[in-house]
Amino acid sequence: MPDQAQLLPGTLDLLILRAVSLGPLHGYGILLRIAQISGNALLVEQGALYPGLFRLVRQGLLKASWGTSENNRRAKFYELTAAGRRRLREETDNWNRLATAIGAALAAQPEEA
Amino acid sequence: MKILGWFRSVVAKLFRGSALADDTDEELRLHIQLRADDLERSGLPRAEAERRARIEFGAYERYREESHEALGANFIETLVQDIRFSLRLLRKSPGFAAVAVFTLALAIGANAVVFGVLNALILRPLNVPYAQSLFAIERGQDRAINHSYPDYADLRDRNRSFEDLAAYNVAGAVLDTGNNAAPVWLMEVTGNYFDALGIQPFLGRFFHRSDERGPNSAPYIVLTYPYWHTHFQDDHGVVGRTVQLNKHAFTILGVAPPGFQGTLLFLAPDFWVPIVNQEQVEGLNVLNERGNRGILMVMGHLKPGVTQAQAVADLNSIGEYLKKTYPKDDGDMTFSLTTPALAGDWLGGPMQQFLAGLMLLAGLILLAACANLGSLFAARAADRSREIALRLALGSSRRRILRQVFTEAVLISLAGGAIGLLGSAALLHELSAWRPLSTTAPTMRVPVDPDAKVYLVALLLAIASGVLFGAVPVRQILRTNPYEVVKAGLSGRVVKRITVRDMLLMAQIAICAVLVTSSMVAVRGLVRSLHSNFGFEPKHAMLVGTSFSMAGYGGDSMAAVQKRLIDFLQNITGVQAVGSVDRPQLYFGANSAIVFTDKTADLTPSHAAAEAMTYNVSPGYFDAAGSGLLAGRSFTWHDDENAPRVAVVNREFAVKIFGSATGAIGRYFKKRDGTRIQVVGIVEDGKYASITEAPQPAMFLPALQSPYIRGTHMNDITFVVRSERDPQQLSAAIKSTLAELDPGMPVTLRMWDKELNDSALFASRIATMALGVLGLMGAALSITGIFGMAAYSVSKRLRELGIRVALGAQRKEVLEAALGRPFRLLVFGSAAGLVLGLLGTRVLAYIVYGATPRDPLVLTGVVLAMALLGLVATWIPAQRALSVNPLILLREE
Repeated sequence: MPDQAQLLPGTLDLLILRAVSLGPLHGYGILLRIAQISGNALLVEQGALYPGLFRLVRQGLLKASWGTSENNRRAKFYELTAAGRRRLREETDNWNRLATAIGAALAAQPEEA
Repeated sequence: MKILGWFRSVVAKLFRGSALADDTDEELRLHIQLRADDLERSGLPRAEAERRARIEFGAYERYREESHEALGANFIETLVQDIRFSLRLLRKSPGFAAVAVFTLALAIGANAVVFGVLNALILRPLNVPYAQSLFAIERGQDRAINHSYPDYADLRDRNRSFEDLAAYNVAGAVLDTGNNAAPVWLMEVTGNYFDALGIQPFLGRFFHRSDERGPNSAPYIVLTYPYWHTHFQDDHGVVGRTVQLNKHAFTILGVAPPGFQGTLLFLAPDFWVPIVNQEQVEGLNVLNERGNRGILMVMGHLKPGVTQAQAVADLNSIGEYLKKTYPKDDGDMTFSLTTPALAGDWLGGPMQQFLAGLMLLAGLILLAACANLGSLFAARAADRSREIALRLALGSSRRRILRQVFTEAVLISLAGGAIGLLGSAALLHELSAWRPLSTTAPTMRVPVDPDAKVYLVALLLAIASGVLFGAVPVRQILRTNPYEVVKAGLSGRVVKRITVRDMLLMAQIAICAVLVTSSMVAVRGLVRSLHSNFGFEPKHAMLVGTSFSMAGYGGDSMAAVQKRLIDFLQNITGVQAVGSVDRPQLYFGANSAIVFTDKTADLTPSHAAAEAMTYNVSPGYFDAAGSGLLAGRSFTWHDDENAPRVAVVNREFAVKIFGSATGAIGRYFKKRDGTRIQVVGIVEDGKYASITEAPQPAMFLPALQSPYIRGTHMNDITFVVRSERDPQQLSAAIKSTLAELDPGMPVTLRMWDKELNDSALFASRIATMALGVLGLMGAALSITGIFGMAAYSVSKRLRELGIRVALGAQRKEVLEAALGRPFRLLVFGSAAGLVLGLLGTRVLAYIVYGATPRDPLVLTGVVLAMALLGLVATWIPAQRALSVNPLILLREE
C-alpha cells in the first residue's frame, strides 16, 4: 500500500466524527467508512480506532448504543451527539483554515516573502 | 458537576467493572471477526483470514488497555488487578503475610482498645440532652465535688447562669419487694433532677421539685431500666406498686429510659429516690446542716449564651456572700466547673492523664509495628528486586509497581486492622459487661462499648500505617536500575554504612524499650504498694460488716450491742483481737473533719489548724487492725459518754498540731463544735483515703463518745477480727456466732487484704495490667523486629560467611560478622528507649503508688529484659550462621 499516508496526531478524532456524521456505524464500519471517504489513502492501525472512539464517547461527542450488525451479531453503534456535530463543524473549519494556510505557505515563491 | 460525573462513572465501574471489560472485549473481537469475514470473502482461507485480521488489528492487549483508560479512570479495575496480584504474592509467602498481619492486628487492636476506653470515658458526651452545656460545680482549691444541701440550695436559687441546678448522693439501702430483702445501691437526688437534666420517663412518671414538701415527704422510686429489666422482668404493671425500702413504704413512680443510668459513668445505681427522704434511706437527715458536705455533686445546664467564665464569676459572688453570711460553716467558697461524668477532677484528672499516656504508648506500639513491617517490606523489596527489574525492563512503569507495593501494604494493614478491631471490639464488649467489685461495693461498670468513632479510627490507623510502612521501600524501587540488577544480581552490591532499615529497627527497639521500661516501673510500683505500710496490717484480718440500723438497733442500745458483739467474737477460738471501726481505712474514701488548736477561740473554717481523717473506733481496734501505738494508751470501755473526751492521733497529726510526736500526749485540741479533746495516744501514720496520698493527719475517737455511728452506707459498722485461722473456717465460725446473737442481722465478710485489692489497689492493678500488656506487646514486637533483621542479614551474607569459615574464621568472628550490626542497633536503641522511658514514666507516679523511675531494680530489669529479648531474637539466626557449611555454599550459584 504505497500511497497511504500516516495520520497527523489529532486527526483521527476528526475522521471518526466525519465518518459517523453520515449515519450510525459500528467500529468496523467506521474503519471502512474512513477508508472509503479518504479513498484508501489514510493508514489507521485498526486497533487504534477504539481508544479514540471511547475517548470521544467520554467527551460526550459520540453516543453509543447496542444494536445488531448486518450479519445479525450484537454490535455497538456510534452516532454524533449535538456537541459532536458542533465539534465536527468547528474542527472542519479549523482544518480547512490550517490546510489553506499551510498550502499557501508551501505554494509561495521565495521572492514573494 | 464534573466531580459528580466522575464519581458516578467510578461507582458504575465498581459495580459493573467486569461487565464493561466484557463489552469492550466483545466489541474488539467483533471487529476482528468482521474483518476476517471480509478477507475470507476476498478469497483467503478462513484460518489465514483470521490471522491476517488479528495482525491488522495490532496489539490487542495494548488497545484494550488504552480503551479502558480512555473510558475513564479505571482506577478500580487496576486496583482489582493489583489486589489480585498482591494476594497471589502473599499466598506465595504465607509466613511473611501471617507475621505482618498478626503484628498489625496486635498494634491496631491495642490502639482500638485504648481509644475505645478514652472515647467512652472522656470524649463521648454523657447520654443526656445538650450534654455540652452540662457542667458540675467543684469547690475550693482542691476542687472538692461534695457540697452541703443548704449551700446547694443557695447556689440553685441565687445563680443567674444555670437553667437549673440538681444534686445527688450515692447511698446503699435494703429493698424488699415482698419477703426478698436485698441490698441495693441508689441515688438520692434533688426533686428537680430529671427535669434539670432533661430526661423523659420510659414508663410512668418522674418525681419533680413540686413533690418535695419537707423531710420524708416524697417516698418515691424511679427505677433504672436495667434494674427494672432484671428485677421486675420488664413488668409494665410495676408503676404504682409499693415496696419496702429500709422498712419504709415507697411507691414506684416509673422507669428511666434505657440509655440513662445517672451521670456517673462508672457507677450505675439501681434506682433514684428524692433526697428529702434521706432519713428513711440513710437513717439520718443532714440536709439542714450547712457544714455537712454530704451531697456528692451539683450540676446543671448553662443558660444559652452564658460562658463558663461568666458562670464561675456568678458562682464565686454567691460564694463570697455565703462565706460572709455563714462564717462558721463556709470557708473557701470559690468554684470551678467540670464535667460530671467522672466525678470531676477527682477521678477525671488522673484518668485523663493515664489514658492519654496509654494512648501515647499504644501509638508508639503502632509506630514500632510500622517500623517493623517497614523493614520487613524493605527486605522483601530487596529480595524482589530481580522481579521488579524484570517488570521495569518489560515496560511496566515505576508508578504502577509502587502502586502494587502500596496495595499490598494496605491490604495487609486492612487485614490486620480488621482482625485487631474484631478482637478489640470483643474485649471492649467484655469490659462493658464487666462488673468489678460487685460484692462489696455499688455496681461498678466500665461502659466502653465501641461506637462508629472507634471503628473509623481503627480503619484510618490501618490505612495510615499501611501507607507508612509501604512507603519505606519506595526509594529503593525508584532507584532500581533494571539493567544493573538483571546483569549482576544482588550479591554484588556494597552494603551501606547505615540504611533506612537500620534506623527503623533502632527506632523500633527504642520504642519497645520505652514500653518495657514503663511496664516495669508500673509493676514495681504495684509490688511496692502491695507491701507498703498502710498503717495497719491487712493480712490475717477479716472485716465483718454489719448494719445496726438495719437490724433495728438505735440510739443507746447500739453501744451495748457493739460491746456484746465484740465479746462474742473475741471468744471464737483462734481470734487474737477484735475491734470495730465506722469505716475501714482505704475503703472508698474517708470521713474527715477540721480541728483547731486549743488556743483558737474563733472556730470558723479559715482558722482551722488541720483537716483530719476521722475514725470512730472501739477499744481493741488498734490491736485488731495491727496499727502500732507509738506512745500513750489505747481506748478502754471506760472512755464513754460520761468520761472526758479523748483521742488517739497519728504522728502526722501530732507533729502538725503540737509540733512533736511525743510531746502531744496529754494535750488538747478542739473540734468545730468547740469540744476539747485530750490526746491520750499516738499511732503510726498510715494511708487513709488513697494509696498515693501524702501523709495525712488522722484522729481516732472512741466509738462510745461519738454522737452517732455513721459509716459507709450499707455497713454502719465494721468489726476487724484478727486471726491466723483459715479464712473459710473463721468466717463460718463468725457467721454462726452472730446468728446465735441475732439471726436478723445482715452480715458481710471478707478478708482485708482481698478487700484492698478490690478497692484501694484497684486502679493501680488495672493500670499495671494495661501497661504490662503493652509492655509484653512491645517486647514481642522487638523480638520479631530483631529476629527479622538478624535472620535477613545472615541469609544475605551466607556466602560471605561461608568464605570466612573456609578461610578459618573462629565462631566468635563469624558471629561478630553476622550479628554485630543487629546487636549494636539493639544496644543503641535500648539505651535511647530506657532514657525516654524513664523520662516518660513520671506520669505513672500519679496512678501507681510508688512508681518511680529512679529505681536500680527497674534499670537492671530493663537492661536484662532487652538483653534477653536480643538473645532470644538472634538465637536462631546465630545458629544458622554458625552452622554454615562453606562447601555446600560455594558449590551453589
